[in-house]
Amino acid sequence: MSSEVLQAPLVLEYPFTRSTGPVIGAFLTGLRDGVICGIRRADGTVLCPPQEYDPLTAEPLTELVEVGQAGEVVTWAWNGDPRPMQPFDRPFAWALIRLDGADTSMLHAVFAPSAAEMSTGMRVRVVWRTEREGHIADIAGFEPIPAVETA
Amino acid sequence: MIDVAVVAFTQRQEAAISGESEVEFMVPLMEQAKASVGLTQSDMGFTCSGSSDFLAGQAFSFVMTIDGTGPVPPISESHVEQDGAWALYEAWVKIQCGGIDTAFVYGYGKSSPGSVRDVLATQMDPYYVCPLWPDSYAIEALAARLMLEGGHVSESRLAEIAARSRASAASNPHAVRTDPKSVAEILAEDYVIDPLRPSDLPAEADGGCAVVLATGDRARELCERPAWIRGMDHRGDAHTLGVRDLTSSASARLAAHHAGVAGDKIDLAELYGPFTTSEHLLIEALGLDEDSTAVNPSGGALAAHTMMASGLIRIGEAASRIWRGDGDRAVAHATSGPCLQQNMVCVLEGD
Repeated sequence: MSSEVLQAPLVLEYPFTRSTGPVIGAFLTGLRDGVICGIRRADGTVLCPPQEYDPLTAEPLTELVEVGQAGEVVTWAWNGDPRPMQPFDRPFAWALIRLDGADTSMLHAVFAPSAAEMSTGMRVRVVWRTEREGHIADIAGFEPIPAVETA
Repeated sequence: MIDVAVVAFTQRQEAAISGESEVEFMVPLMEQAKASVGLTQSDMGFTCSGSSDFLAGQAFSFVMTIDGTGPVPPISESHVEQDGAWALYEAWVKIQCGGIDTAFVYGYGKSSPGSVRDVLATQMDPYYVCPLWPDSYAIEALAARLMLEGGHVSESRLAEIAARSRASAASNPHAVRTDPKSVAEILAEDYVIDPLRPSDLPAEADGGCAVVLATGDRARELCERPAWIRGMDHRGDAHTLGVRDLTSSASARLAAHHAGVAGDKIDLAELYGPFTTSEHLLIEALGLDEDSTAVNPSGGALAAHTMMASGLIRIGEAASRIWRGDGDRAVAHATSGPCLQQNMVCVLEGD
């Protein structure tokens, strides 16, 4: 029996489009316009990024609110060896970021020069892409706010 | 409730199984499991499998593996796009519905043709998270820092878990990462993604496993000391990382409560913790005392992480230790999703 391994090309396709709906759609449209939205939960707290249903209670959510474009790093991990398709081709930090006016955090990249420049609780602000299309990557990432500006 | 026991188990795990398709390596495993208790496919009241078409890169790939069971005459079967542990859960529920006294369960995955670390980004939120392609190590590293900085765990505790896994895996022929390392050696490793070191990460593997379940007297006929399933429950946390407390596992705690883990002493625990951080959280959530419970005597998923099978392998590892008399009461755990999002807990006992 031959030990040759048969090979053939396989292209995975997703050949249809989906609507993003009234909440995720509003968030993505907001990004295109340079605005970041959250959504208010029954207890008054703000979920950002917004969801159509409360992830804990499953209640439908409808009250979209604008949140800030700066916030706090809740946790981070230094990505010294960025992988293809990630937000930055140089080392960067992944972080969960709680934006001002929001009570939950979102995942994105922080462009810091080294792990030594990263700390939990540090302030960061959004870096917008110039060409925006209503996609999470309209946010290029976040940059540290120098302490002198924060003070 | 109908008494159900695990009576047969086979597994294969290797760093990469090249040159064999999933069906090719599963057929002998499935045959061996059935033959070990003198059964054939036509004896099985129900058959259920767990695998991922997405991982296989082919729609309905699992149907070819069903063909591999020898389903002639036609069989009653089902499939879950989940770890085989969830297939076992479905089979257990099916048995509780009555009318059958045996079931055949298997799970398998072959992730070596791609980079599973990156592929797992696709299980995240498709609008907010997946397009950024955060790999599974990065996601766990975010939880790890919260745990470390919050004082929930120390780096030396994580290194102890890694060292124990390596030491236990040395006697497991199916483990992939078996070279022993001391805590000091592990702490001297460079970070892969700060704050996680190589020994904190799962040793990825290809492979699968097969299990036979049987009820009451049928189980006693087939197995000298059946491993009875005394409690089983599965629960999930929110998909959104930002709304969860990543320093504990609420769903694992709830599943352990409903499975009855706290009812009596636990001699051994097989936990599906892909990372040292996840194993630490599971020991806490299940309320295990490492002085009286042998945790992951197989080395666990750190020593061999086979997508879609590692959970069912935990059940098989725990059951086979009960057959051998290594313990009387065991807990097996399976997980799925980022940062222990979904958890299943199964309590097994010998007579």
